[in-house]
Amino acid sequence: MVLFQHKKRKKPNHSRGGDFVSILILLLFGSFMALPLVLAISNSLKPLEELFVFPPRFIVRNPTLDNFHDVFVLMVGSWVPFSRYIFNTVFITVIGTVGHLLIASLCAFALAKHKFPGRKLIFAIIVTALMFSTHVTAIPNYLIMSKIGWLDSYLALIVPAIAKPLGLFLMKQFMEQIPDSLLEAGRIDGASEFTVFLKIGMPQVKPAWLTLIIFSFQDLWNLQGSTYIYSEELKTLPYALSQISAGGISRAGATAAVTVIMMIVPITIFIISQSNIIETMASSGIKE
Amino acid sequence: MKKEAVLMKQDNPRFFPVLIKYIRVRGSALWSSIKRHKISYLFIAPFCLLFLVFYLIPVITSIGLSFTYYNILEKPSFIGWQNYINLFFADEVFLTAVKNTFLFAVITGPIGYFMALFIAWMINDLKPKVRAFLTLIFYAPTISGQAFIVWKYIFSSDSYGLANGWLMKLGIIYNAKPWFEDSKYIMPILIIVVLWMSMGTGFLSFIAGLQNVDRSLYEAGYVDGIKNRFQELWFITLPAMKEQLMFGAVMTITASFAIHDQLAALAGFPSVNYAAHTVVSHLIDYGTIRFEMGYASAIATLLFMVMILCNKLVQFLLRKVGS
Repeated sequence: MVLFQHKKRKKPNHSRGGDFVSILILLLFGSFMALPLVLAISNSLKPLEELFVFPPRFIVRNPTLDNFHDVFVLMVGSWVPFSRYIFNTVFITVIGTVGHLLIASLCAFALAKHKFPGRKLIFAIIVTALMFSTHVTAIPNYLIMSKIGWLDSYLALIVPAIAKPLGLFLMKQFMEQIPDSLLEAGRIDGASEFTVFLKIGMPQVKPAWLTLIIFSFQDLWNLQGSTYIYSEELKTLPYALSQISAGGISRAGATAAVTVIMMIVPITIFIISQSNIIETMASSGIKE
Repeated sequence: MKKEAVLMKQDNPRFFPVLIKYIRVRGSALWSSIKRHKISYLFIAPFCLLFLVFYLIPVITSIGLSFTYYNILEKPSFIGWQNYINLFFADEVFLTAVKNTFLFAVITGPIGYFMALFIAWMINDLKPKVRAFLTLIFYAPTISGQAFIVWKYIFSSDSYGLANGWLMKLGIIYNAKPWFEDSKYIMPILIIVVLWMSMGTGFLSFIAGLQNVDRSLYEAGYVDGIKNRFQELWFITLPAMKEQLMFGAVMTITASFAIHDQLAALAGFPSVNYAAHTVVSHLIDYGTIRFEMGYASAIATLLFMVMILCNKLVQFLLRKVGS
């Protein structure tokens, strides 16, 4: 079992037989998880005639990029160009994620490191809010959006995402670990509280940044938002995907291509940030 | 203490003046404390304001609206419990939706949760690079957005779909089965798809929690006579990561009661015989298609209450871990 860290092994209670079984289970579950995604990629590279052969093939035989090309061509004409949907989703995702990271961190810093009246109550409410599903708040949110005139604008999608309770919760928990002495040193040097937050606090919680970025990104990237947005030129990529895939058989290739475009980006970001998180977590392992 | 003693005596002629003074002293202490922490309130203001407007007020509004008839065009009119009565006694589709939601939640919730915990636990012993790779493999379906559409191809109703094609080639079935048009198959297939995507936020939290368990605890456990990895898991690992277990539970419960998007994309909305109709589907139907906001709010309120209750129950159960 080369996969295990046997020499430096800290856990004496594990038998080799057990290790073997657990590898077997992981392989089994792992294939269940991975194969549909492999199929999605394989499908996107299949020429149309290969999507409709009997018996169906799992792996593409003559890979082509035609489907990706089709996506951009299909949507040209009376419709909004496909690149517009990409722009909308990228714009919403980037602004929403940056805003969320800044505003949630600012609040988390005060909740974790300042002792002011009401902080416990506020945090308790936020923890309860982890149980608010977006579907529960959707209807009143729609009414509020229409009252303040944000329907059919980017704001309706971006602003609620900025105040996601999950991000604040995670950030606050991470920030508890910042040593107070470090912040105190900055304050004695005469730095303003905002500078202390930005220059001393934030660099200490990089893994939490990445966590917030991943979650916020994931939500916004997959946001259909068709309840709030009517104008075609403001609609998002997931909405476009759902439209294309509703087109049925003739759009099978294009659907597969958009699916891949949609999944490649979050997976790439996760790969980049995951190695970072694991690295940081490993080096900050021992707590006092 | 003296002040309280004075306050206790109701017949004391100085009762009210003392009470007022008491409130004023405490109040001004609080006020000056608030003023002293001005900067803290400034820090939390942007988030709290948005949170109030887009999360807290909506939930409260939803509870309020659930007692009204409201179609957006006219002002809401109060009708008491009528929406709830209609839901339970006059709306058969709602009862189907409740049944489906509970079926989904009861099956996919616990299985998804334990699968996430189990897998996080198994990959925890592996080398960092392998662990990172497997984390990606298991988490990828959750983050790849609408990649679940690929299941529509796997269970496509013609013979070009993977399931039909292969089953027919092997001679197990002779005609292509319309998987998503037959209410017999809809539920089991969708449960598989939901489980496929169930390595949620909790999974990452479990991985982090497992890595932060103090290694010396395991040595100590070995000395104390812990024999195998399951005893070690129950007596050492799980108690050390209770906070992550709680967090994972909250995330799983909230997600498993709110299942709808995958179902609608795969089985259609509304699905055949309402076989994949959940409470959230019903909520979306009334809220965004029929615009019966009061009725939809009653559904949302019920959903919310059930989520909170379930969370309380699971938190109670999790306190027993390791005992």
